[in-house]
Amino acid sequence: MKKYDAIVVGAGHNGLTNAAYLAKAGMNVLMVEKNDWIGGASVSRELHKGWIYSNCSYVCSLLRPEVFRSLNLQKYGLQIVPYGGSCTMAQNGDILGSYVDGDVDRREMARHSQRDADASVRYNRDIMRQCRFIRKFLLRMAPDPTSFKLRDLKEMFYLSKEFNKLGEDVIYDMMRFYTMSISDFLDEYFESPLIKGAYAGSAIIGSALGPMSPGTAYVLLHHAMGEVDGNMGAWGFARGGMGAVAKAMAGCFADHGGETICGSGVEQIIVKNGKVTGVALENGDEHYSDVVVSNMTFPRTFLECMDEKDLSPSFLKKVKHFKIRGSSGKLNIALDGLPNFPALKNNPELIKGDMHLIDSMERLERAYDDWKNGIWSRDPYIDMLIPSLTDPTMAPPGKHFMSVFVQYVPPKVKGKDWTDEQRDQFGQTVINQIEDYSPGFKKLILHAEVRTPRELENEVGLTEGNIFQGELTMDQLMFNRPIPGFAQYRGPVKGLYMCGSSNHPGGGVMAAPGANAAREILSDLRRTNTVPEGWLDD
Amino acid sequence: MTNQINSVVVVGGGHNGLVCATYLAKAGKKVTVLEAAKQVGGACVTREFAPDFRVSAGAHLSYLLDADIRKELGLDSHGLSMAAEKIGSVALSPNGQHLYFEGENVSGEGLNERDLQGMKEYRRFMAKFAGIIGKLHNRIPPRVGTKDRGDLIDLGKLALEIRLMGTDDMREFLRIAAINIYDVLQENFDNELLKGALALDAVLGTKSAPRSNNSVFTALHRMSGNNGHGAGVLSIPRGGMGAIADALAAAAKKAGADIRTNSPVKRILMDFDKVSGVELENGEQILADIVVSNADPKTTFLDLLGARNIEAGLAHRIKHLRSKGNTAKLHLALSDLPHFKGLDASKLGQRLLIAPSQEYVDHAFNHCKYGEFSAEPVFEITIPSIHDSSLAPPGQHVLSAVVQYAPRDLKEGWNSGKAAFTEVVLNTLEQYAPNIRSKAVVAELLTPEDIEQQFRIHGGHWHHAEMAMDQFFMLRPVPYAAQYHTPVNGLYLCGAGSHPGGGVMGSAGRNAARAIIGK
Repeated sequence: MKKYDAIVVGAGHNGLTNAAYLAKAGMNVLMVEKNDWIGGASVSRELHKGWIYSNCSYVCSLLRPEVFRSLNLQKYGLQIVPYGGSCTMAQNGDILGSYVDGDVDRREMARHSQRDADASVRYNRDIMRQCRFIRKFLLRMAPDPTSFKLRDLKEMFYLSKEFNKLGEDVIYDMMRFYTMSISDFLDEYFESPLIKGAYAGSAIIGSALGPMSPGTAYVLLHHAMGEVDGNMGAWGFARGGMGAVAKAMAGCFADHGGETICGSGVEQIIVKNGKVTGVALENGDEHYSDVVVSNMTFPRTFLECMDEKDLSPSFLKKVKHFKIRGSSGKLNIALDGLPNFPALKNNPELIKGDMHLIDSMERLERAYDDWKNGIWSRDPYIDMLIPSLTDPTMAPPGKHFMSVFVQYVPPKVKGKDWTDEQRDQFGQTVINQIEDYSPGFKKLILHAEVRTPRELENEVGLTEGNIFQGELTMDQLMFNRPIPGFAQYRGPVKGLYMCGSSNHPGGGVMAAPGANAAREILSDLRRTNTVPEGWLDD
Repeated sequence: MTNQINSVVVVGGGHNGLVCATYLAKAGKKVTVLEAAKQVGGACVTREFAPDFRVSAGAHLSYLLDADIRKELGLDSHGLSMAAEKIGSVALSPNGQHLYFEGENVSGEGLNERDLQGMKEYRRFMAKFAGIIGKLHNRIPPRVGTKDRGDLIDLGKLALEIRLMGTDDMREFLRIAAINIYDVLQENFDNELLKGALALDAVLGTKSAPRSNNSVFTALHRMSGNNGHGAGVLSIPRGGMGAIADALAAAAKKAGADIRTNSPVKRILMDFDKVSGVELENGEQILADIVVSNADPKTTFLDLLGARNIEAGLAHRIKHLRSKGNTAKLHLALSDLPHFKGLDASKLGQRLLIAPSQEYVDHAFNHCKYGEFSAEPVFEITIPSIHDSSLAPPGQHVLSAVVQYAPRDLKEGWNSGKAAFTEVVLNTLEQYAPNIRSKAVVAELLTPEDIEQQFRIHGGHWHHAEMAMDQFFMLRPVPYAAQYHTPVNGLYLCGAGSHPGGGVMGSAGRNAARAIIGK
């Protein structure tokens, strides 16, 4: 009976990262994946002949450079190209362009408000300060504040030491920042509704919160704390789509002797005498190991893949209360040519970057009100990109792939499961919206894949379609993620570990949860650590 | 020039100003309280709003009044007594099937076992967590990031108190303290009406909805008073809330403080780099070493002192202090006892809540985000005349209700909006109490604009500034002015705009006095 040193369940990017680090340490690792393809939500799929869709995640920024470099991902083909600039298009035809060059960026802001252009210097400085602080904690396990174990005390000490290094002024700023809404936060810097609306967008991505909800300033931070090649806060395209990230990680994994089996999901994680002994797949096969690492979401792991008897009732109750409500939708569109946006006629280069359709905070907040009422936003927030303009491998010459990310989309419609008809209606809402900004857009559509939280859950296993494997609110971050007492990658059963985004530091294609979990597993097994500490300093 | 040593002027005779004045006078300072209105109390006041009908014009329930302050200042000996104590609450249902709750007990149609158990558990942990916040009431907030031993010890004490809750409760506290009441109530209860009522308790007096993060914090704040009875226990003073102010004024006078009403302060005087006193609207100047302001922070710094007398960073912070009210007050002079559908008359003396579900509260809230008043408002209603016959002529009654949401900056303007909102409020009330409009001899609605003018609070927010976690403790009202003394030499704050925030407590006043006298 072959016994692996570890079995990783779910070949999403965190599972792949985790498996790669374990394999690098000389362990004999098996990865099992329910789909025929790997990557989870970091995936490239040819759903229309000739086109490659990054059909879930679509841009890269949060991927930890320590992981990129220590797993040597460029050797396995990963190439991330930053895209420069973005723009926000208003309904009256005006735009707010955003540029990499600070002076150009400010000149464009000044066109809307000179005061805001001046304030943006202070704003960027303040945001970057918060980013620099939080980045120190991404590749570290969160301490358990109730524990007196040496490891936890050391982490708490590190936390308070770093905190104090900030100085009184910045500590107050941070306390306010983590509890405020992005709307109130932006009000302290800016006056232009378009500028505020534009900046607020990244504060509500994937969230069950509106821009006026306290706690959204943190979500903005979560999206600003990445980088591409040292450019802090920059976002980029992976050549070949986000599947290239998974592919490179899988390449590294295989190179170190890792084995992957696709095509059948886990039916149950087998527990005997209070210890895991392996996994039973849906197709009947069984594989054995004393270490099982789940990259699945927290609820899916414990409510769908484990026997209730193996878990305590209080633990199960907390799993059931884990908040993982989806709020996002996606359209992946194959276009017969480049769409024309009249608003961009003086700035055509902005079509290569992020395009947002939002006018003001109020419009964004009303989109959220619809989500609260259990329907998709009638006037949704849209984040569109045309990766094929930067990466020619994604579509045939002259044709394009457009990725359209949408907030807000409820996990169920008025409490009931999505129907195909509703999905299509939602898709139409979005396409009609885009047509408003780009007359003739509809005629270019060769194929459109519409994804609601239902598709995300069914295809990728993301419970309720939440893209972060769990909401990013104070009750589910750091030492609370996924739940207090189980925020250190170890499950409630011996040998069971968790490495997905339901764990610290949370969602996005970051690879940090997978890496941090690997560090803990290797430490528990008393093997050499192959996972780097966070070494970024600037 | 009079002898200025140890002389203090307190701007504003609100309840905190009176508390501060009394403690300072007891410590030997020469104190003058200057109140603009003809009576002291600020928003803790009883007014005759119609001939022979008296109502607590601002706050109308006592649940945060610090029992130690009440004892130390001998308020009972100065005439304070309660007409009713430990009042229960009724969650009104539009169909007449109401729920009744007090403490950990709840009864009524439609409750299941989970709801009953949930109430016990919910009250248990909320009271425990509120206790942590309550322990902070009589502390001057420490500064952070300093090497000051006193500050470090204070922060350490707080951490220890949290740790001493025990692992499970500590974990739960750290999990939920910063989130929203909606999620917490969903975890503990099934009954929508009960959840609506409990959610209302979390959002009264705030610009938040059940789903707003921070609403657990405001729920805890409301329960955090050291009132001598228990977490959030409600009482009604005999003579209305003004009785508290009157007792405080008597205590202040007995201690030697001088209280002058009808004395609005126009500006705080500066002598080079420190305050030197105040000037009244009539031109009279009163010099003092120390000026303590019971006024809200914006009024204090921007109106009375003037932005040019403070440095730009402080001016910026104060300007951005969130202090716009969203709460209105309804006063009805009733010709006889109202009838609420399905409610036995014996229950009319309880606190009556109109918040039939969390969704209802949420929808009411959505409006105020866009400068609109709620189309279907929420209410916290009391009929205090049932307990206290001095408030109305025999057989007649007073109804006092806190109503939300009514934003200070109404898009259409309150000139036209007030009448429209009054209609909405009375119509909604009539759905629960048919014919109440015909019993109302006088109906008075105070919008945040009215509250701003009548109580002289910038923004019309009777907590002086939003009770939010980023505006609490060492951040209230703003960093560097959160320890009662301000960056302006000789100027102190003592009102609800300082820690521990809004509500009739008295703690801010006492803490400010301690800061002035020296810890």
